[in-house]
Amino acid sequence: MRRVRRTPLPFPYHLIDLRGAEDGELIEIAALLGLGLSLEELRSIRDHYNSLGREASDVELQTYDQTWSEHCFHKTFKGLIETPEGLVDGLLKTYIKRVVEELRPDWCLSVFEDNAGVIEFDEDHAIAVKVETHNHPSAIEPFGGAATGIGGVIRDILGVWADPIACTDVLCFGPLDYKYELLPQGIKHPSYLFRGVVSGIGSYGNSVGIPTVNGAVYFDEGYVGNVVVYAGCLGLLRKDRYARCVRAGDWIVVAGGRTGLDGIHGVTFASSELTWESEMVSRPAVQIGNPLEEEKLKRAIKLIGEDGLGSGITDLGGGGLSCAVCETAYRYGLGAEVWLDRVPLKYPSMAPWEIWISESQERMCLAISPQNLEKALRIFEEEQVEATPIGRYSEEGLVRVYYGGLKVAELDLRHLFSPPRIRRSTSWRPPSLEDPIFPEPQNLEAILKRLLASPNIASKEEVIRSYDHEVKGCTVVKPLHGWNAGPSDAAVLKPLGASWRGISISSGLKPRYGRIDPYWMAASSIDEAVRNNIAVGGRRIALLDNFTWGNPEKEDRLGSLVQACRACYDVAKAYGTPFVSGKDSLYNESPLGPVTPTLLVTAVGIVPDIRRVVTMELKEEGDLIYLLGLTRKEVGGSEYLRLMGYIGGSVPKLNASRTAELYRRVISAMDLGLVRSCHDLSEGGLGIAAAEMAFTGGLGLTLNLEGVLVDEEMRDDFKLFSESNGRLLVEVKPEHRSSFEKLMEGVELSLVGMVTAEDRFRVLGRRGTILDLSLGELMDAWKTPLGGSN
Amino acid sequence: MNRSEIRVLIPRAPGTNCDSETAMAFLDLGVKVEVVHTQRLFRERNLMDYDIIVFPGGFSYGDYVRSGAIWAKECEYRIGRELEEFIREGRPVLGICNGFQLLVEAGFLPGFEGRSIYPQAALANNPNGFQCRWVRIKHVNSGNCPLTREIPPDAVLEMPVAHGEGRFLFPRDREDEYLRRLYEQDQLVFRYAKPDGTFADGEDPYNPDGALHDIAGICNPEGNVLGLMPHPERAYYGWQLPGWTKRGTPPEYGDGRLLLESIVRYVERRL
Repeated sequence: MRRVRRTPLPFPYHLIDLRGAEDGELIEIAALLGLGLSLEELRSIRDHYNSLGREASDVELQTYDQTWSEHCFHKTFKGLIETPEGLVDGLLKTYIKRVVEELRPDWCLSVFEDNAGVIEFDEDHAIAVKVETHNHPSAIEPFGGAATGIGGVIRDILGVWADPIACTDVLCFGPLDYKYELLPQGIKHPSYLFRGVVSGIGSYGNSVGIPTVNGAVYFDEGYVGNVVVYAGCLGLLRKDRYARCVRAGDWIVVAGGRTGLDGIHGVTFASSELTWESEMVSRPAVQIGNPLEEEKLKRAIKLIGEDGLGSGITDLGGGGLSCAVCETAYRYGLGAEVWLDRVPLKYPSMAPWEIWISESQERMCLAISPQNLEKALRIFEEEQVEATPIGRYSEEGLVRVYYGGLKVAELDLRHLFSPPRIRRSTSWRPPSLEDPIFPEPQNLEAILKRLLASPNIASKEEVIRSYDHEVKGCTVVKPLHGWNAGPSDAAVLKPLGASWRGISISSGLKPRYGRIDPYWMAASSIDEAVRNNIAVGGRRIALLDNFTWGNPEKEDRLGSLVQACRACYDVAKAYGTPFVSGKDSLYNESPLGPVTPTLLVTAVGIVPDIRRVVTMELKEEGDLIYLLGLTRKEVGGSEYLRLMGYIGGSVPKLNASRTAELYRRVISAMDLGLVRSCHDLSEGGLGIAAAEMAFTGGLGLTLNLEGVLVDEEMRDDFKLFSESNGRLLVEVKPEHRSSFEKLMEGVELSLVGMVTAEDRFRVLGRRGTILDLSLGELMDAWKTPLGGSN
Repeated sequence: MNRSEIRVLIPRAPGTNCDSETAMAFLDLGVKVEVVHTQRLFRERNLMDYDIIVFPGGFSYGDYVRSGAIWAKECEYRIGRELEEFIREGRPVLGICNGFQLLVEAGFLPGFEGRSIYPQAALANNPNGFQCRWVRIKHVNSGNCPLTREIPPDAVLEMPVAHGEGRFLFPRDREDEYLRRLYEQDQLVFRYAKPDGTFADGEDPYNPDGALHDIAGICNPEGNVLGLMPHPERAYYGWQLPGWTKRGTPPEYGDGRLLLESIVRYVERRL
């Protein structure tokens, strides 16, 4: 093509004449260079070069491509959206960030600014937390995709000078018994993806020595074409070590692994739909991690942070050096000069643009002042980590990139960071779904056992045991609780030797509700994450949002996304739980259609004294069991209806202000020592939660459904398996009955059962005893599918 | 020897990741602790300045090749002679998980006739892959191992394991002979047990890695080099235990402390 000219230099370097190019030519250029830019964006770049009056270099255009990708710039969340209710000026600003802006909590130290959200832990320490998605890579190469997802999110935590202390992983797959014949070409079988992803996470997290303490594994048909992998990490830092003061003259230092051709165009790949060709076309965008390199890097960064030797730090993730250098320079009102020939390479003869945008793993980019450079480099050397100064930050807002003595790019940061805003419109109509009419099953014992063994309820012990959740020795409440390995609501860590203060981490995920109503799906996800945290005594809760959605250029996908975002604002505001960090993954589409719209909410709370933490197993015979919250006939999207072969329409809703009050009372009761155990009601409702409490504690339980507070007359099966939000089961000593009931006055409370010494789980309904099972039967049912070897 | 003068050395290599909790546990016992990178160790330190060496858990050098193999070679070449002298003098060496793997790879364990040139045993792949779980181990040493002297005979201790390669094996053709020697020289120290205190008898998950004869930990013939797969440093405090919530409040300490305290007591008595 005549507009693209290869220079006669001894390395691959192209100049592209965009001046006066027509739309057709722009599209052709983009295709030739493998750029994911839209026509509107290409026009804006053309106009820029028109005014500069020169050709563009391949290094420059690749920088635009990276910086303006959905993955790096989050165009959809920052764009203008026309909805039937009016124009939304940025989803992020309007719904997600607004919560923290309105609540103004003094414990939020850095929100939506850095690689991770930073919140207060105690007077001297802060918590850094981040959750990432790694869906596209995991769909192509599950082991490498998932492992590098963990690697990336750990570096996000290093990127705020924090010491990573815990990982959390939430995974969504298609059904493991999905029929091979139904798989479209290029789509890998769920069980292959499941094995690969789980071993990738274990292999990486275990080797780096960070415990994986929290997570979930979820199965749904909607994930057959698009596997979903959320990788999260939480770290601790000293507040006075949170250094951010990059100045002109500071060195740009690349540390860690070497730069190679792996991970080229990863962000472009992540910002497009998966097709049957993705396997061939995008395989090189996925990498294999080297956890050993990351462990060394982690040590070195920790030491440099402790000595306060760095003035800035960021990980080299999507977009590689191009994004790290340009973003840092732009953020501090600086420019930069970079000599690409100094970047240590895995092998020679990489083109300058490849070095500039490579996403090779296990690399960090630091800013270090001239007087600290030598000391910092010595620390890297002692930890056997390669670290190289490759450039310096400069005064003006230009980034100049050199290679072989030649300037190969000169980027105006002001233009680079003002991409044309997208403007999209939505059209979302609720599906017409209604609850099915079917007779109440006679044998509820069989139903309960089948529910316990259903994929989204059954124990994930086999997966959890393959992750080290004990390394660092600070895991107080473990993902599998007690010797019976029951399901904890949240993990609790005690990160400091000299303090009893703990951190509680939990998640909420309700994808199936999204098929009925994205607003209530999001509301339910937030409630579940918060409720899980409350159940262990967590308070002062911060939230993280991770959206996995389909192609936002399609109006219905975007419409449901807007609905979900609205719920985020409404519920988080009512709960007083601000969002502190988040990440979205859009364009999750495959030949099977869009992914099940999925919002993962991660909640991080504080447990003031871990010796008073509340866990979910029954403690002692004779204790009373209370159900908090109102049970409604809300079975739409429930695991019960799924088992019966339906989806239903009555999705669980939420009265956020009433529920917030209920949670406040629960925390008060815990602080007064009135709550001996507490468990959240989620998938499978009351029946499942009660059974889990019984077999985990090894104690019997008799439940009386007549005592359950309902808003209307209801069948026993609906009372047992409704998934109404905002409900918890708590165990209270008989002698605390009156003080507990007094404290709970005004909130929905019902006495529903009693702990017994018998080895029986008994439920009384309208027809007398409707369930009478031994604890062993329940536990066996729960542990059979993925229960490991117990 | 006065406890506060006891110096514990915790060497680390790239990929070591249990050094800080191991150090924390020993610090709580009132001894001095130093965590030193192996590179720095052979450049700047003298092993003989220390009273106890603890090789901690982790994935040294990524556990590429075989768990602990590269770190073992590094130690062998760089500090091998010093380490042998340290051991010959009867000073205690403890290897936990990856540290145990190192001691086997370097030929110190079982070390039937002193240090062997080639490993005499293997800590091989678990049949079920990586397993993180709490197990029970029974103290079976009859007195040869001075490092566990404070632990009552037949005591069952609760600790977590977390490894993918920890299945203790002897070469097939020497299995009986080597096992007999372990007994003859009283080198067996810990064996996996069931909740009722009987041996796991290879039964999963009580024996989590399929180890021969439920072997979880052994010592050298002299008894001053001890290696085990479970992690005492993760069972040091009561709040780390899996079952304390049932009781309401955590006990102060867990069983891991028994073992580490016993080692410190040995050094106290010795000098």
